[in-house]
Amino acid sequence: MSWTWFHRLASPPYIYGLAARLTPWFGWAAALLILCGLYGGLVLAPPDYQQGNDFRILYVHAPSAWMSLMVYTTMAVAAAVGLIWRMKVAHAAAASCAAIGASFTFAALVTGSLWGARMWGTWWEWDPRLTSELILLFLYLGYMGLRGAIEDTQRADRASGLLAVVGVVNVPIIHYSVVWWNSLHQTPSVMRLGKPAMPPAMLLPLLIMLAGFTLLFAALLLVRLRGEILNRERTASWIREAVQA
Amino acid sequence: MSSARTAAVQPVAPHLDASGWPASPVGTPALAAARLALLRDLTLAFRRRGELIQPLAFFAIVTTLFPLAVSPELSRLREIAPGVLWVAALLASLLALEFLFRDDAHDGTLEQYSLSGQSLAWLLLAKTAAHWLLTGLPLALIAPLAAEALGVSGTGLAGVVASVAVGTVALSLIGSISAALTLGIRRSGVLLSLLTLPLSLPVLIFGARATELAIRGLPFTAPLELLAALAVLGITLAPLAAAAAVRISLE
Repeated sequence: MSWTWFHRLASPPYIYGLAARLTPWFGWAAALLILCGLYGGLVLAPPDYQQGNDFRILYVHAPSAWMSLMVYTTMAVAAAVGLIWRMKVAHAAAASCAAIGASFTFAALVTGSLWGARMWGTWWEWDPRLTSELILLFLYLGYMGLRGAIEDTQRADRASGLLAVVGVVNVPIIHYSVVWWNSLHQTPSVMRLGKPAMPPAMLLPLLIMLAGFTLLFAALLLVRLRGEILNRERTASWIREAVQA
Repeated sequence: MSSARTAAVQPVAPHLDASGWPASPVGTPALAAARLALLRDLTLAFRRRGELIQPLAFFAIVTTLFPLAVSPELSRLREIAPGVLWVAALLASLLALEFLFRDDAHDGTLEQYSLSGQSLAWLLLAKTAAHWLLTGLPLALIAPLAAEALGVSGTGLAGVVASVAVGTVALSLIGSISAALTLGIRRSGVLLSLLTLPLSLPVLIFGARATELAIRGLPFTAPLELLAALAVLGITLAPLAAAAAVRISLE
């Protein structure tokens, strides 16, 4: 088996061009799926028998929460690849993930809070999932803070990459300890969605939204990655050709 | 036989041992080197005795804030005592973290450690152990005093000591990673807290739970064991991550 494809992935000019070519595909597919998912979720899906129309925020909340974790994992994997093979492009990808992931996490928190205000009567409930999500936001902020505090790009890459890897080991520990903490302190009085008994008309739009958000992340990542590469390689000669082309 | 092999190798490359690795200085095994590093840190700390008191004073002051801010009623204080003790211990141990590697990074000791041919992870584990002996252990020892002041009666105090002692081991180890990551960053204090606190939440949760159960006179071994598991996990992995972080900052 030839490894040239892997080596090409390490080349900034190649990735820059590839990202430029792939961005519209991911972007338009994401737009299409998100529009379909929103139509399905907001119009076609029947109202929930307990929550009425309020449950429809689920179609933004759940994909955001899902993405917040997926982006963190992607970031940690990219950082690990960068640390192990000293691949600059992988570090650039990890750096591009952070702000996107923090935004998804923030969106999940805000929509969760809005949902909570309607359903639980409070803007904030120390629910394990909300709390873990908040901690995840702090992890993102720490990563971005560390990256911003170190001026030398290579050192910033490696230090923040190590932090991302340490964080990903800790995320499950934090999550389960928060669940455990919560089950001791709070009676399960909070109304929950009946998870298994979700009818297909409700579930299908959710799955479409999940796919749409994943593609949206891919598109955003490619755009940010190009910016990151431009910034890092600004003294390289190929940049001039690429920008003029 | 081994002496014959060394004799054969020595003229070629005297700084390498028979297997080709750099020979450790005067053949010190890793454990002995770690012991030396630990003793060095303790000696240095005891030369500046005034600074040893600082985390303890900070812990006492934070504990004092709660009766003033919440209520002087012992019945109310007793209820929040585990949380108060743990938040104060967490903050006190965080405050001391900034100095864990800083001086040694400034004067080049860490660089010497990383060049010494000894395992850097072992040496950093020794430094972290010294840090715990100087902050975590004293905190555990005065925690009953603070608990007493918050209206906790005598029976649960052993549990308080045990949970703070075990929990601060995990806190020191988690902190050693972020302290190593923030080396060489100016005004790193806030960043250090931002990196350390989210990772130390499990310790806070299990520690406060063990303390609460101990204060109520209930069996507290389950959360204490989880706390010990976190500490063991920290001992196993944290020095490796801290060593990688120190190497990055030395580049």
